[in-house]
Amino acid sequence: MILSKIYKNTLLILAACLVLTACATKKEVATDIQGQMQSDVYTGTDTVEYLADGVPDRVFFATNETILTTASRETLRAQAAWLRKNSSINVVLEGHADERGTREYNLALGERRANSAKDYLMTYGISSDRISVLSYGKERPVDAGSNPLAWSKNRRSVTVKAN
Amino acid sequence: MKKKLILLFLISLLPLKAFALIEVDITRGNLNPLPLAVSPLSIDDKSKKSFEKILKKENIGSEISTIVENNLRTSGLFNPLSKEAFLQAPDIANLKPRFEDWNLIKAQALITGKVTYIDEKLRVEFRLWDILAAKEMMALAFTTVPSNWRRVGHIISDKVYERLTGEKGYFDTRIIYVAEEGPKTQRKKRLAIMDQDGANNKFLTLGNELVLTPRFNPTSQMVTYLSYFKNLPRVYLLDIETGTQEVVGDFPGMTFAPRFSPDGKKIIMSFAKDGKSDIYTMNLENRLVEKITNHPSIDTSPSYSPNGRFIAFNSDRSGYQQIYVMKSDGSNVKRISFGNGIYGTPVWSPRGDLIAFTKLHKGKFYIGVMRTDGKGERLLTENYYQEAPSWSPNGRVLIFYRETKTNAKGEGFSAKLWSIDLTGYNERLVETQTDASDPSWSSLLSN
Repeated sequence: MILSKIYKNTLLILAACLVLTACATKKEVATDIQGQMQSDVYTGTDTVEYLADGVPDRVFFATNETILTTASRETLRAQAAWLRKNSSINVVLEGHADERGTREYNLALGERRANSAKDYLMTYGISSDRISVLSYGKERPVDAGSNPLAWSKNRRSVTVKAN
Repeated sequence: MKKKLILLFLISLLPLKAFALIEVDITRGNLNPLPLAVSPLSIDDKSKKSFEKILKKENIGSEISTIVENNLRTSGLFNPLSKEAFLQAPDIANLKPRFEDWNLIKAQALITGKVTYIDEKLRVEFRLWDILAAKEMMALAFTTVPSNWRRVGHIISDKVYERLTGEKGYFDTRIIYVAEEGPKTQRKKRLAIMDQDGANNKFLTLGNELVLTPRFNPTSQMVTYLSYFKNLPRVYLLDIETGTQEVVGDFPGMTFAPRFSPDGKKIIMSFAKDGKSDIYTMNLENRLVEKITNHPSIDTSPSYSPNGRFIAFNSDRSGYQQIYVMKSDGSNVKRISFGNGIYGTPVWSPRGDLIAFTKLHKGKFYIGVMRTDGKGERLLTENYYQEAPSWSPNGRVLIFYRETKTNAKGEGFSAKLWSIDLTGYNERLVETQTDASDPSWSSLLSN
């Protein structure tokens, strides 16, 4: 695990070196990908929608992972605050996986990701009665691409208003 | 009424004495398929006109023999020779082939036959001849309703396959699958069913809700699948003939990955709740639910051994997806996949000796087989993305689906069905009207 992190960091440094030496068009692409992913987790904003001002609707996951990143926890705390303020609103947490896994396992993985978000909302005082969970596995990607950046956007849990 | 699918064939064995002189070995990749001649089934003028009227087919005799020819060719074991080289007329060949003529075009076996219209029925007789030994190997006759003509072609193919290989065929079968349309991000999915050769395609659902992973019961009259009806992913049961659908996995959470037990009395499936997926069975007669696995990991894709005593399944309890086998009561759980990469979708062979699986290793997806103790792993095919193998009823062929990689703009996505022999040879695209995934092969409909 640690080894793979070192490996990824090395890659990032390598990528940065490449950016410096690459031609103008390549530079743009490389910066783009690097700026939008950190250790396999999507950090960009172009697919993100907002439940309210400053309340992003989704969190992203690393490949095969269901652990919430620091940024994800921040997003979920904002969602929890918004839900506390709007006590009549219920939500569905829609869990998704990328296309690089078998269909049935991905259904389970999507469910686990959505539950990971649900558990966090609950620790911030949101009742489980107000949260339902729905896994789409790999059935509803937001990005149709077959590349690491597209996959990172698709590994997500999206909080959707249910009423 | 329910048995309408099972045709009332009047099978009469004509006098026959034969010795297996030609034999086709199907246990190895067949690089030299057996050359054989499928003579068009002969038909008298009166019968021809009657069938033309009923079936809108100009010559039903040739149509049936074309089905036989295509089936045998697709198996990869036989090489049907071009009809242009045939020297003998179909009707005379059926009475008594001039073996030296057929020998001349290098045919080792010959199929002949005759179609007649009798009492509003289709009567087909056919014979299989061993050219080198100059002998009749088999002779059979069927009588059925004319609309069953395609099935007659499949049944003849099965009989020939069985006579020449010593194993049951798989041609009189159907495939249930998910028909896909529309953009990758918003796929419309419908259940569809077709004959094994792609004919008689029929859509079984309208596409209003997402449907996934249909699987036949042992008699191939019922299907269990996952439907997102009312946005609640649950396991359903569909009666193909009546179209009746009912939810069977109505648990307080998602039920998925369903399959029938080999006796057809139970459905085994996963139930996901609070981030845990465990395996359950439901008895269809008394609706009793039994929990089979109990582990904080993801346990899914269960598949029974043909004798019902064991269950293969997919679990990430070791950290990554691997294949496990347990007794059907959930005891004696043993991991069997230990190769490089991660493993999913174990499916027990109908012969009981092998488990087919999907493997992901270094960014490539493989379909492979291993023995039930996990030894003897063999990878049959490698691709960008492919999964979900399903066995032909004789355990010799696997059907699965394959998806293409999209370009930088996210274009060029497709999903198609493919088949491959257990030997790793004879990989073929299975033609479908739309894009397709999640195939499940039926049992043999006749016999």
